[in-house]
Amino acid sequence: MITFYIAATVAVLATIMVITRYNMIHALLYLVVSFLAIAIVFYVLGAPFMAALEVIVYAGAIVVLIIFVIMMLNLKQEAVDQEREWLTPNTYVGPALLSIILLAELVYMISTSGNTPIQDNVIEANKVGYSLYTTYVIGVELCGILLMSGIVGAYHLGRQKKKVVHRFLELKEE
Amino acid sequence: MNTIPVEAGLILAGILFMLGLISVLVRRNIIFMLISVEIMLNAAGLAFITAGAKWMQADGQIMFIFILTMAAAEVSVGLALILQIYHQLKTLDGDAANKMKG
Amino acid sequence: MKELLWLVPALPFLGALTLIIAGGNLKRGAVPFVGAGSVGLSALVSLLIGIDFLSGSQAPFEQHLWTWFDVDGFAPQVALYLDSLSLVFIFVITFVGFLIHVYSAEFMHDDEGYARFFTFLNLFVGSMLMLVLANNLVLLYLGWEGVGLCSYLLIGFWYQEEKNGYAARKAFIITRVGDTAMAIGLFMLFRTFATLNIQDILSQAPGVWQVGSEAAVAVGLLLLGGAVGKSAQLPLQSWLPDAMAGPSPVSALIHAATMVTAGVYLISRMFTIFELAPVAQMWVGIIGALTLLISGFSALTQYDLKRILAYSTISQIGYMFLALGVGAFSSAIFHFMIHAFFKALLFLGAGAVILLLHHEHDIFRMGGLRKKLPVIYWTFLIGAGSLAALPFVTGGFYSKDQILWFAYAGEKGNMWFLVAAMAGAFITALYTFRMVFVTFFGTEKTHVAHHAGKAMTIPLVVLAILSTVGGFIELPHTMGHIQLFSDYLKPVLPAISLKDGIESSEWIIQLIAGGLSLSGVYIAYYLYVQSPKTVDRIKISISALHGYWFSGWGFDDLYNFLFVKPFLWLSRANKADVVDKAYDGVVVSTDYFHRGFAWTQSGIMRWYMMGIVIGTILVVTLSLIYY
Repeated sequence: MITFYIAATVAVLATIMVITRYNMIHALLYLVVSFLAIAIVFYVLGAPFMAALEVIVYAGAIVVLIIFVIMMLNLKQEAVDQEREWLTPNTYVGPALLSIILLAELVYMISTSGNTPIQDNVIEANKVGYSLYTTYVIGVELCGILLMSGIVGAYHLGRQKKKVVHRFLELKEE
Repeated sequence: MNTIPVEAGLILAGILFMLGLISVLVRRNIIFMLISVEIMLNAAGLAFITAGAKWMQADGQIMFIFILTMAAAEVSVGLALILQIYHQLKTLDGDAANKMKG
Repeated sequence: MKELLWLVPALPFLGALTLIIAGGNLKRGAVPFVGAGSVGLSALVSLLIGIDFLSGSQAPFEQHLWTWFDVDGFAPQVALYLDSLSLVFIFVITFVGFLIHVYSAEFMHDDEGYARFFTFLNLFVGSMLMLVLANNLVLLYLGWEGVGLCSYLLIGFWYQEEKNGYAARKAFIITRVGDTAMAIGLFMLFRTFATLNIQDILSQAPGVWQVGSEAAVAVGLLLLGGAVGKSAQLPLQSWLPDAMAGPSPVSALIHAATMVTAGVYLISRMFTIFELAPVAQMWVGIIGALTLLISGFSALTQYDLKRILAYSTISQIGYMFLALGVGAFSSAIFHFMIHAFFKALLFLGAGAVILLLHHEHDIFRMGGLRKKLPVIYWTFLIGAGSLAALPFVTGGFYSKDQILWFAYAGEKGNMWFLVAAMAGAFITALYTFRMVFVTFFGTEKTHVAHHAGKAMTIPLVVLAILSTVGGFIELPHTMGHIQLFSDYLKPVLPAISLKDGIESSEWIIQLIAGGLSLSGVYIAYYLYVQSPKTVDRIKISISALHGYWFSGWGFDDLYNFLFVKPFLWLSRANKADVVDKAYDGVVVSTDYFHRGFAWTQSGIMRWYMMGIVIGTILVVTLSLIYY
């Protein structure tokens, strides 16, 4: 139980750090920390397979993908300065207000519905797999199609039709 | 082990979701927006796992698998689009892509 | 024969239709044959019907043609009603109309709108016949409006000149005021009697209304309002002098003989209502007396030949109204008939003079035409004599004298009416012969361009004969006591009852009347032929009064101030159209909201996300509140 609360605290703090960084890579590193903490929470809640999956796919694939793209964009210090310029404290006021209102309502809804404890129960991977391939096999197929469309879409949209000229050369053209 | 109240899990998910929401509203850089969306999706998945743990069924975890899959596909397509935007507009400002205004 | 009654109004309408369709294509010579021919045929038919009527029982004849419409039990018919009164009117309308059409064939020969002129004239004659032959008030109103329309079309016939259009509009608008009053009167009649059939109303009225009841007085005054508008009496008289902008045949037909007498017809037709409302009848008389004096004074100062005649028409119709006011209905109709003859004659003669002097209207620039235009001079003189009521030899004497007598001696007559009528007679003689002497005597100031042809002179001669001879069918007690006309009208209109013991003084009135007209002639002769300088001296000494009389007692300026200027001010103030602004306001506010909403579509994604968040908050809050 203590594990849960510590991991929860780490996750929240890491997320707060994500949303306040000016440098993208820093934010992504904090995001990885946040995901790892969430993976621990999953393990405590009795979903070990999901914890593994979170680390492998989310932290290991998705975040890495984002890092690759950022590297590809070859952003310089000016991106950090731009972000510093855009992210002033008083831009946080409006969204923070709205989000706090929403959070308050959510907390209210959740806490009025009773205080049931979670049983100390682990749901094994094979149970998950079994349920996945019998009851929810349609979902599996659809996920397959989704992933394929993701691949095709990413390939097609990422194609550059024009010849990519190096940035130094680009500036010299008129 | 002592048991954890299910509300704690849900409230944790809610807090993470709110943080992600704030980040989406505040940030002007497209990549940061994408990152924030990932935070929100993750929080939603946490809520599902908590629910599945409460009812002691595998369904919550299955839902999380689906969310994960979807997030992966979405990130790949989204990043491809970001590359295109950067190529066309030469900037990562989200407000620059406002030709659909009016 | 009487079954041919429907032809009488139908023939002029047919003529108008023919000219509308084919008038442009007909040869110049063929147009008057269609135009005058249709009215001529109508005159012939009415003559035959008249002979049939007079030789028979003289009972009213009704010819039902078709039902006009039928709404909730109200079903006015298109039906023609012939009795003594309407027979007199159709005689006058068709005969005098025919003569005027023949005259116009030559008068308007060189005009571009030759066919158009005859179209409008025929349409007018058809409408007027419809008016007098209608058996119900709705059909009468149709004819009433028809003649109003044709009057507008004909006054503004030479429409290329702006002032003619103004005169036409003035006539139409002023008569419209009267028409509205009449329409309200018709509504009230319908509400009381549930029918607008004239004979039904006249027979039911004494049973429904007491003598002097307020409803009867109201209806009477409203009908009087309508009559006042059409007949150019006080206070709606100012359109008639300006209506002289139209061609002279128009002035002769419409503004002397027929349309302006529609009011007289209406009042005499609805006589029962006026008998049931003595107040209204008294007002008829008062208006008649006042009008004849006012327009008489105005006629004294005019120098345009046709304007003198126009004011003279207003004055003579005032006499007819005076007669109706004291209950001498048949005298009013008699004077109408004689007046139609001599006034048409005078207008046609004036038109000839004006045309032959190359459109010269000012009588002080004419002169010496006595020798140059003999036929016109003699016919004009006969007409003027009838107008001035020269004793014994003219028709006008007998008709006007009868009115003077009844104004004093009738049960509803009184001294004031007599005084007004006598003063009017003197002034009439004065201005009439002023006109004659200045125009035809003295030295020639404008050269005569050419002479009139037969088509213009023959109608003048015929009308001259009629205005002399026409008087002899009704001689007063003291001179042979022939009562052909009033006996003829007796079945339709009530005879007048005299005050007790007054019959012996009739000859005194006649003597005074004759003396007044002769002295008027003599004074005119003295002033205008023998010593014109006296006139100038008189004019200078009363110049303010002279100016006031010249402008028709300031009525034009009064109406301009009271009605025209405020209306123009209002229309100028409303140039931006207040009502339109209300619709504009809808557009403007829609546009405003549109702009507001379009602003939220900024293309910036963060705003859209914000919108989603706000929406979510609202939904969650609402669901929390209500569950």
